[in-house]
Amino acid sequence: MSIRLVARNALRIIFFAAIVRPFLLVAIGLAIRHRERLPKHGPVILAANHNSHLDTLALMSLFPLAQLPKIHAVAAADYFLRNRWLKWFAVDLLGIVPIERSAVKGGRDPLAAAFDVLDRGEALIVFPEGSRGEPEMRQAFKRGIGYIARRRPDVPVVPIFLRGFGRVLPKGDHLPVPFVCDVVVGEPMTGSGEGFVARLEAAVDALAGETPSADWM
Amino acid sequence: MNALPDIAGSIGLPAPILLTLFLILIGLAAATALVWLKPAAGDASAASKQAELKARIGSWWAMVGIFAAALLLGRVATVVLFAFISYLALKEYFTIIPTRKADRVVLLFAYLAVPIQYWWVGTSWYGMFVIFVPVYMFLILPTAMVLRGETSGFLKAAGTLHWGLMIAVFAISHAAYLIAVPPPAAPPGTGAGLLLFLLIATEFNDVAQFVAGKSFGRHKITPKVSPNKTVEGFIGGLAATTLLATVLAPLLTPIGPLQGALIGAMLASAGFCGDIVMSAMKRDLGIKDTGTILPGHGGILDRIDSLVFTAPLFFHTVRYFYF
Repeated sequence: MSIRLVARNALRIIFFAAIVRPFLLVAIGLAIRHRERLPKHGPVILAANHNSHLDTLALMSLFPLAQLPKIHAVAAADYFLRNRWLKWFAVDLLGIVPIERSAVKGGRDPLAAAFDVLDRGEALIVFPEGSRGEPEMRQAFKRGIGYIARRRPDVPVVPIFLRGFGRVLPKGDHLPVPFVCDVVVGEPMTGSGEGFVARLEAAVDALAGETPSADWM
Repeated sequence: MNALPDIAGSIGLPAPILLTLFLILIGLAAATALVWLKPAAGDASAASKQAELKARIGSWWAMVGIFAAALLLGRVATVVLFAFISYLALKEYFTIIPTRKADRVVLLFAYLAVPIQYWWVGTSWYGMFVIFVPVYMFLILPTAMVLRGETSGFLKAAGTLHWGLMIAVFAISHAAYLIAVPPPAAPPGTGAGLLLFLLIATEFNDVAQFVAGKSFGRHKITPKVSPNKTVEGFIGGLAATTLLATVLAPLLTPIGPLQGALIGAMLASAGFCGDIVMSAMKRDLGIKDTGTILPGHGGILDRIDSLVFTAPLFFHTVRYFYF
């Protein structure tokens, strides 16, 4: 490992230990259910509903600090690479895998980087809704997750339901307001077989039923 | 013979308070041993009941440990601890009630009331302490709301937000103010003794009511709100708490045994009211617990429901008659 890489991983761990975790656990408050369902070793895909920028941080905080360098969230390249500061924050500090959302150029597989993560035996965070929508309203899942899961049928996909982060920091807002947030981890499933995306949607919705909802008035 | 007062002097708390804390730890240890040594339960429902009991006692250890540590560390640590409890309770309340999107910034103003209210507590500014939430926040919050321009659901939002501030911040801050209320001439540890007495009486009443209700409960008091509340449970809690307060008041506070009995009866009744009022709120919202932060108990608000009523009543009684 290069010194640059070691420094980057150390910075990521410090960032989570000193800022992200205290913020999520003390200022916000996470109610995590069934954490034991997360596989101890990779490769694994975490598939969650998407309400807020905090979703990625919350999912990454489910793992021990030492594992942070091995967790990568799939994120839109056009959004997160739009300037060098954001790019440094997203790619170097958080370790996201940027994906081109627009037309595929030159025949290169836009998901190649995501498959690399899984082939290295690491964890991939995917938000099958694509982007953050109306806070606390689930949108239909896109097909990308089905494509990844079908190509790596042995990799477990863990459905996860997140509630509250859209209240804390909805799309378009920059000021977080504290609410207790729910993270419900589902039973791992695999991408082989028909109708995987529909099954995954159903699994996430079933997890939503485990927590009471009190959203907007 | 001199060892105990010497240790007590170096820690800064009077011997009766240290002795009481020590007895609580002994009692908790006994309860822990009892639950853990109980033979393994037969069927699944008994096993889950025992696991629940273990979780509940584990949470008691955490709560007693944190409170005892704050008390030993002194006045500032205790006030900060209660400020944090108020923050957690307010956050829990805002989480379980429906809020308006337009009120996001207003909620931040409401959270700001926590450090401000506890600043009055820390600086013993009684006049501000007692009017800040009911007067100033009562006026500021709806003004902030109206400046956001959203009128739909205005009254409901204004009412529920302020109710949350009153229970989670205003009422609970009275417990912390007990540490600040005695005049400088009062013997050291007076405030800590009053606070400890309030907490013991309130929590003991909860437990006594629960045990008496489980053992002898027949006649439901509020079948629609809280079916577990019975006349027998209430009277059992009242009797036990009155008795305990008679003994404990002269030990921990300037309150005599007879007045202690009256105050004990008042705390038992007020605790009961706080309990059922919070139950009614939960029933209205369609939830069983206000949170999951205290395994075996639920949320912070589930635990401090009685204190919301007992703390202000006890505080003002003590202030009126003794200081």
